[in-house]
Amino acid sequence: MYVAVKGGERAIDNAHKLLADKRRGDREVPELSTAQIREQLTLAVDRVMTEGSLYDRDLAALAVKQARGDMIEAIFLLRAYRTTLPRFGVSEPLETAQMLVRRRISATYKDLPGGQVLGPTFDYTHRLLDFGLESGSEPAAVATAPADPDATMPRVTDIIAGEDLIERNPPADPAAPVGDLTRDPLNFPAGRDLRLQNLARGDEGFLLALAYSTQRGYGRTHPFVGEIRLGEVEVEMFVEDLGFAVPLGDITVTECQMVNQFKGSATEPPRFTRGYGLGFGHCERKAMSMALVDRALRADEFDEERKAPAQDEEFVLSHSDNVQATGFVEHLKLPHYVDFQAELAFIRQMRREQTAAKEAAE
Amino acid sequence: MTLPASPMPAGFSDPVFEGQAAFRALMDAMVRPGLVVTAGAALAPPAGLMPAAAAAILAICDFETPLWLSPALQGGAAGPYLRFHAGAPLVTDPASAAFAVLDGRHEAFRLTDFAQGDASYPDRSTTVLVQVASLTAGKQIVVAGPGIAGIAELRIEDLPDDFGAQWQANRAAFPLGVDLIFVSGNQLVALPRSARLVGEAA
Amino acid sequence: MSEPADPDLIEARRRAMGLFARATEAELREPLQQHWPDHGARDLKPVEAGLVMLRGRTGGDGAAFNLGEASVTRAVVELPTGERGFGHVLGRHPARARLAAVADALWQSEAARTLVQAAILSPIATRLSAEKGRHQTETAATRVDFFTMVRGEDAA
Repeated sequence: MYVAVKGGERAIDNAHKLLADKRRGDREVPELSTAQIREQLTLAVDRVMTEGSLYDRDLAALAVKQARGDMIEAIFLLRAYRTTLPRFGVSEPLETAQMLVRRRISATYKDLPGGQVLGPTFDYTHRLLDFGLESGSEPAAVATAPADPDATMPRVTDIIAGEDLIERNPPADPAAPVGDLTRDPLNFPAGRDLRLQNLARGDEGFLLALAYSTQRGYGRTHPFVGEIRLGEVEVEMFVEDLGFAVPLGDITVTECQMVNQFKGSATEPPRFTRGYGLGFGHCERKAMSMALVDRALRADEFDEERKAPAQDEEFVLSHSDNVQATGFVEHLKLPHYVDFQAELAFIRQMRREQTAAKEAAE
Repeated sequence: MTLPASPMPAGFSDPVFEGQAAFRALMDAMVRPGLVVTAGAALAPPAGLMPAAAAAILAICDFETPLWLSPALQGGAAGPYLRFHAGAPLVTDPASAAFAVLDGRHEAFRLTDFAQGDASYPDRSTTVLVQVASLTAGKQIVVAGPGIAGIAELRIEDLPDDFGAQWQANRAAFPLGVDLIFVSGNQLVALPRSARLVGEAA
Repeated sequence: MSEPADPDLIEARRRAMGLFARATEAELREPLQQHWPDHGARDLKPVEAGLVMLRGRTGGDGAAFNLGEASVTRAVVELPTGERGFGHVLGRHPARARLAAVADALWQSEAARTLVQAAILSPIATRLSAEKGRHQTETAATRVDFFTMVRGEDAA
């Protein structure tokens, strides 16, 4: 039972004023603009968009500023804001094969049609603090090299698929309904569509830990990164009144195709299986974790024994959402005076009964 | 490109506040069966569509709510108007509609033609809007049930002769069954599936 | 209203709408002001910000799933001559969406289409193509060739 506490309004108002003051920090230091956050803290913005489940760089930057850099608070703000907007429609499925690629790597093939491009990556940096950034030095000019404007980059998984050594994705049925957990509550067992939606919104830290656990033996799936690609894809939305899909512009996404070993079963020959990750902006760690957990959750499909946390659908999907999680954990700090009084009375009564029983026995 | 046949009448000039006002009116009507409320007074929908019906659809429907229009309304300007302003897809099968609009002045109706919901999701039944000539004259029906203090008396013009039997059958299927909203001009009154028919008189 | 069934024309309009959606505000406002100062477009519904649910495909090419939403701004206008224009742009940009709707309405007028192409669409396409080229050449400079080293004593 929760009982609202009366009063305290002025203290709350004053606490919020103090929060705003502390958010601003030392007035001697110039105030951070949301444009600076959007352009210079891009990966924070990307994470807030992915887990806030709303692609809008300006709003995500504002949320990061308002939340004083607290990612989950920012994600919460974005989730709350989206509920105020009407939904106009659903997009055509994003065609990641048509991506304008900024980064594309594979850990399974070194020679790929289309090649491997590192793009803007932390990989191979030495993780040494760069004090040049502290003094505000300009970065070196970007290098360029000739590029074929029409070059395509086929998926790595399609290359393996040519030999029938990897599972095929279930073909798309345009008439089949697509589950949406923002519309209907999640039920178990959930279809893969709902699992992927849940994981895409899920907390990066939670998914990273689960993914790590699968590598350490808790639901071993023996993964390889088939491919990671980052770049821009076009968004098209079907407009009822026009009768055709209208292009709305481009968004940046990160996609991870994880390739996993599968020994085969009574009915299936040995084959590689797949896990899939997709997220907004540049979110490589998240996309990889998502792909590993997606594959782990498919244990039943491959008659694998389900014994590790990452393979437990109800456990994973019920605890992946950091807004839900923070709401339930953090609500504990709100007044519970009546509950606690009841518990106190209960404990005292049990004590009395225990003492009485002891005295009776003596 | 072919041009639209005629200019499009306006929808809500302020979708947020007018939509909320219409929603509030609908909610009041639904929780107090028999209460006549006003909605859509500022709307001038195309011929055949009453303002309160237009307001209800514009407030509630979007691209995810299939809308069925009766034969009397299908050919006219109501369909393009509602599809344009609400974005609702128009469907030909009443059983696949989330909302339906028909004109009681010209058409009889069978409630069983519409989606009845299912045991897991009784809310997936059709909400049927029936346009009638009057909510103050016509057949009297008396209902009781949740939201009604004692009994509520409604007068509705243009009800089919077997309406009493149809509503009894609809009530018998509870929690399944359709919800009805009767519309006349810019007024509407609701008859949710929870309302029990306790009397009727011509 | 009945939209044209000619698939070529729809495809051409879709391409134009894709460019309008990616245009900066100035890339739309300036040519519209210069060539069609009196277009007289009226709003058929208020310009509004909303959401589109973005879908991905399982494994990149399989069944659809809901990835998350994006903000989108929508405008619908009508010219005095009856052409109805739609503007949809990602983000919350009412001015851009309305200009895109006006441009889409003008594009549908056969009399105006050539000028819309030359004065609005071509400059946008040129800028986008240059930006794409720059991204491609920057990315190409990070192309990497990994070599597999043969390990073990038997390597000949």
